[in-house]
Amino acid sequence: MKSTLSKGLLLVGAGLLGACAPVSPPLYYWGGYQSSLYENHKLGVTNYSAQIQALEFTISRAQAQGQSVPPGLHAHLGMLYFNTGRESEAREQFALEKQLFPESTHFVDYVMKAQPEAAL
Amino acid sequence: MKTFPILVLVLLGSLLTGCVSTTPYDYSAFKASDPRSILVLPPVNQTLDVAASYSFLTHVSMPLAESGYYVFPVGVVEETFRENGLTDPDEIHTLPLERLNEVFGADSVMYIKITQYGTSYQLIASDTRVTADATLVDGRTGDLLWKGQATASSTEQSNNNGGGLVGMLVVALVEQVINSTTDRSYQIAGLTSGRLLSSGMPNGILPGHRLRERQRQ
Repeated sequence: MKSTLSKGLLLVGAGLLGACAPVSPPLYYWGGYQSSLYENHKLGVTNYSAQIQALEFTISRAQAQGQSVPPGLHAHLGMLYFNTGRESEAREQFALEKQLFPESTHFVDYVMKAQPEAAL
Repeated sequence: MKTFPILVLVLLGSLLTGCVSTTPYDYSAFKASDPRSILVLPPVNQTLDVAASYSFLTHVSMPLAESGYYVFPVGVVEETFRENGLTDPDEIHTLPLERLNEVFGADSVMYIKITQYGTSYQLIASDTRVTADATLVDGRTGDLLWKGQATASSTEQSNNNGGGLVGMLVVALVEQVINSTTDRSYQIAGLTSGRLLSSGMPNGILPGHRLRERQRQ
């Protein structure tokens, strides 16, 4: 009897502890998004290719694991593509941002309008 | 032997109080506004380290997005300000909401101020500390929705100050960053940001739409 009682108490204790820390998995696969933002700024804004590589890698990792990338990642990659002259890929990324996060619609439309149309 | 269950009960009691916040925050304006998106402006830096503002800015996306909000891409936002001739966070913080709305169309706008950032060298151990406060306002009316403050220091036991899942994420991020940079202040800024901007912290921001949808499933 005594051992079941203390086991029960332990279970209750574990439940209480669990109540402080939600056990749901993260909403997004972050990969190197935030650290690449920082590294880029530290190393100077010219190092686009390293950042592009990091973000492309994060996207492919997220896809492989069936997870979503966080808000802003596609838009940021789109900006880097624009900065390196990869116009059509850039527009693709901004379209993805808008599709996954309709909250971004107004801003994405603004950015698209501010970019000169690709020369045909 | 009878004392054992009593001891356990006392222990449980102390665990419970560990989760209860001291003075409850008035969330009525926050709930009424119920923003889906947050535009975080580049933080105002009141410290001597010029890196503080951008370092902190790169840490805000994770806690806010994992709390269920759309966070405007901080790098693209900064670039947009720059293209409009705005590089000084103090100046950006004084922009009227109408001008921000023309460009971003954000449900809410967050103003962050960094008051401590860096290492002070003391006799026994050096202390790297980052302290920041944040104010969230409604994107259309400018009404105050929430404000908070947080600090983190290299001298504390990082495991004892968890913020649930997001706290763990921040710790993981910090560990990951150790491999790529030796910037201690940057790592501590991640802890401060996680504490300041995660839902589920005492008197912290409320869970946003995307987190609430997940929790309903």
